[in-house]
Order: sequence, then C-alpha cells, then structure tokens
Amino acid sequence: MNIAIPGQPSPVQGLAPVAKPTRGQISIKNVTKIYDPEGVNVMAVDDCSMEIAAGEVCMIVGPSGCGKTTLLNAIAGFHSITSGEIRLDGELLCGPGKPKADQGADRIVVFQHGALFPWKTLAENVAYGPMVQGKLSKKDALEKAHFKLAEAGLGDFGGKYPGEVSSGMARRAEIVRALINDPAVLLLDEPYRAMDALTKSIMHESLLEVYDRTKVTIFFITHDLDEAIFLGDKVYVVTTRPCRLKKTVEVKLPRPRNFEMLSSEEFRVLVSEINEAVHEEAIKAFQSGEREMA
Amino acid sequence: MATTTVTTNEVPQRRVAPTGLALAWHRFKKSLRSPTPYLTVFGIFLWFFTYWLLCEGLQLPRFVKIPGPVTIISEWFSTNPSQGISIFTPEYYHHIAVSCRRIAIAFFLATAIGVPLGLLMGWSRAFHDYTFPILETLRPIPILAWVPLAILMFQGYETPVIFLATLASLFVTTLNTMLGVQSIDEAYFRAAGCLGSSKWDVFKHVVVPGALPYIFTGLQISIGVAWFSLVAAEMVSGDYGLGYLILSSYVNGVTVPMVIGMLTLGFVGWFTSVLVRMIGDRLMQWHVRALALQGR
Repeated sequence: MNIAIPGQPSPVQGLAPVAKPTRGQISIKNVTKIYDPEGVNVMAVDDCSMEIAAGEVCMIVGPSGCGKTTLLNAIAGFHSITSGEIRLDGELLCGPGKPKADQGADRIVVFQHGALFPWKTLAENVAYGPMVQGKLSKKDALEKAHFKLAEAGLGDFGGKYPGEVSSGMARRAEIVRALINDPAVLLLDEPYRAMDALTKSIMHESLLEVYDRTKVTIFFITHDLDEAIFLGDKVYVVTTRPCRLKKTVEVKLPRPRNFEMLSSEEFRVLVSEINEAVHEEAIKAFQSGEREMA
Repeated sequence: MATTTVTTNEVPQRRVAPTGLALAWHRFKKSLRSPTPYLTVFGIFLWFFTYWLLCEGLQLPRFVKIPGPVTIISEWFSTNPSQGISIFTPEYYHHIAVSCRRIAIAFFLATAIGVPLGLLMGWSRAFHDYTFPILETLRPIPILAWVPLAILMFQGYETPVIFLATLASLFVTTLNTMLGVQSIDEAYFRAAGCLGSSKWDVFKHVVVPGALPYIFTGLQISIGVAWFSLVAAEMVSGDYGLGYLILSSYVNGVTVPMVIGMLTLGFVGWFTSVLVRMIGDRLMQWHVRALALQGR
C-alpha cells in the first residue's frame, strides 16, 4: 500500500513529471435534462456548461439529489439528455440527433455503492474489461490483473470475492478495474459516501496516488466539501434541482498533495470561500423537502 | 452435551478451510455444540409422542381409525408385513426407484426449459411481455386438473406422468429465474456496459451468475413441487411409484402402506432438495463465503 508519510517524500516526487495529458478533455455545453416520470416534467439539469481540461480533477459539489448524477449518467451513456451537447476530446458523445452516448471503456464509472461483480474474485473483476474487449486472453488478463492489484497494494486479495473484503478495499479494486482499461475519463459517483472518516482519508490518499501516476481526467461527484478541495483542481458548485452551475473555484494547492495541506491556511480559505455557496443550496434543498432522486 | 477434545481457551488457528467430507464433519461437530440438533431431536420426539397419544395412547374417537406410529413402524420394519410393504420387500424399493426416475427426468426437463425461459423473460422486456400473461394463467391450475389432458395428449403411462411432474416444477423454476434476473442491481449492468461488454458478455457474466441464487432457491422449491405433484401424476400410471402406492392403498383401504408411502415420499423429497442445495452451494462459492462471513 502506498500511503504518504508526512515528512517523507511521496514516491512520485523526484520522478520525472508525467507528460502533459492529452486526452480526457470534456466539454459540456448547455446541457438540459428533463425527466418525465409520471406525466410531470422534472427538470434535473438546466442549461449546464462546463469545460474540463485533459487530465483535470473536476469535483462537482452540490446537495443530495440535485441532478449531479444525471450529468454523470449522460457522460457515461446511461441516460439521454434533452438538449445541449457533450463532447469528449472533440468527439460528440451526445447532442442534437444523438440524445444518448454510447457506453464505452474510455469513460468508466466507479459507483456509489460499488459495482464489483460479487460472483467474480477481485482479480477476475479487474481482468473483466480487457477480456471482454478482446484485448487480452483470459489468462493474460488475469495475470495483468494480479499485477495491477499488487501495484495498488491489493496483491494478497486477488483470489477473494468482493463480499470477503472491506468496502475500502473493494472500492480500490474497482478503481483498478477501471484503470486497467486505460480510460480517458474516470467518472466517480460519490464513491466514498458510505465510508467512515478514517477509511475515507486512506481512500483519498490512494486516489491521489493513482492520479499522480496516471494523470487521468477525473469527474468526481461529491457533497463533501473537504474532499472536493483536497482532491480537485477545480470545484464546481451546482445548485439544487435543477442542477445549474453556481460557482467555479480553482484549487491551486500544489501536487502531489498530502494530509498536511488539510490544515493549511490556503485550504481553509478555500473551504470558507465555497462553504457559503454550498450551504445556501443545502438550505434550499432541505426546504424543498423532496425525496432524493438518483 | 458432547465433549470435544478442543479446549475452549485455545485460540483457533487460521488454516486452510476444510472441503468435502472434512467440511461436512467439521460442520457436524460444530452443530453438536449448538442447541439445534438437540432441539430437532426433541421436536421429532414431541411430534411422534402427540401422534401416538392421539391414535394409540388415548385412542380418541376419529383418530382410532388412523394407523398410529407403533403400528406404522412395526409394519415398516417387519420382515413379514401384513399389508405387503416394508423395508424388506423388494416392491418397496421398486416404488421408490420408479418415482425417483420420474422425478429426475421431470426435474431435469423443467430445469432445462425453465431456467433459459426465465432468463430470457427477465432479460428481455419484449419476451417478458409475450410470455408472462400465459405463464401466469397456467400457473395456478392444479396438476390434478391436467391429468385428463395429459392422458389424451400422450401415449402410454410414463410420458403423461413425467409431463405432469415437469409442468408442476416448470412454473416455479421459470418464475424464480425471472425474478432472479430482475433482482440484479442495475449498477452491475452499467458497470458491464462501461467495461465494454457485448450483449452476450452481459448475459454470460451478469445475468446468469447474478440470477443464480434465485435460480437455486427456485430449484429447491421446484423439486419439492415435483414430488408433491406425484400423487396426481401417478394416478395415470397403473403399476408402481410412491404416488401410486399412496393412491392405490387409499383406494384399497389399506392405510398402513399409505402412510409408509407418505413418509417415504417425504424423506426422499427432503433428501433431493438437500442435494440441490449442495450443488447450488458448490456453484456459488461467492454467495456461500459472503454468507459465512455474516455468520450464517
């Protein structure tokens, strides 16, 4: 496992900087999504635009059920959009004439409650992508999976089923399962929501380590402000339903990041800057009293 | 209580999990330390005592005509049974064997048809819409009602019997398999889609394994249903089988072989459903291991 120890250089430090990432640029333009569940139009996303640079860690912060996930689902190709367009590296994912993006291994989702197949071992889960895409034979895929798991500090757990390991390990294995496909974008939908603070902090470190190593574009949904600032390059605060962009904050904390930054002055300034905007939306969301919607 | 050689203050060592017979022995030893086997034995005793009390002990009106446990057991284990059936008559085993064979064929057919049918119904909305209303209409019809039609449809004795038992278990298998597919979390389908699966990959790697726990619950019920449809099904056959034994004993007014037939059917049925459960556990290690961690 690779946990940065304060005062000691992180293993990535001192290495040659990773070449500037060239893929994973997402452009979201005027996206609107209207649901029609029971004859009542519900607007989940309203005229939302974002530009996410290649290799950026983009954090979307907003109250529960505000429509953040809708946006993620549109990028992943789980849902259609009503109007607007989303492009990945200039190529149209969805837009006029093509309301729903095709699902593909260039955009891989890590789910809120985890979606490792419980009937496959961790290694089989990780090997799944390359195997079904026909990139590797089953044997080679499994071999590579074991290697990748070991790289993430999960070497001893390749033969275990997801039901046998902790949620933290499962989530890390899920990220390994995504990254083995070399995706352009990693889409994370509140992956650490149900975790306790201690586990969460370890998950953050490991995600940061993964990011420093791969520089993959990350689209991360959360309602945890500290998490957003600690991990992100840019924090997008969105309004309660319908989801609109309320505030964009650039986080200029240096990378690689470590836990000492959580108590730095800079960090606290950023928290207070964003907090007000988030709190306002939280109150609105609470007052509307609507049931959360996925 | 049973005494064990393991001292309780010894820290159990983590070692390779036992399998096969060793595992069964380990479970048996472990179960002796729980109240379960003792309660089970006591429960059976209580049941038999009440049965005996009503029929043979107190000889209450109406019950006096029913063969009591002492009569049944002495006949069942008699080398020279007065009403023709005991564990020492070859006929007894012939009845069991014939029924087992019919159930095995029926269960195999019902599984071979029901599981794929259920998988398709759960997976494809259109297929579901085509077939579900028919299935739901046919399902509540008792097997007894199918007997005349079965005789008209099929020749001979054996085919209609197997048809009836198959029909009974088919519905359970299909319905459970379908529910199994519908119970699979949407996130697994999405994850599979993200990772670049074709439709066939999704079917093979998500639909089938995801539905397996429900399928095996269904199979356990369906083999039971096959057994209890047997009395109706074997109405058709004129010679052997436990269902036939029960029915013909009833018609001829010999109640002791009838009850022996009933109990035998119960035991054999129980055994087969344990067998199905064991196969299921073997195929679903992930499920078994997760449950074991929850202490179940």
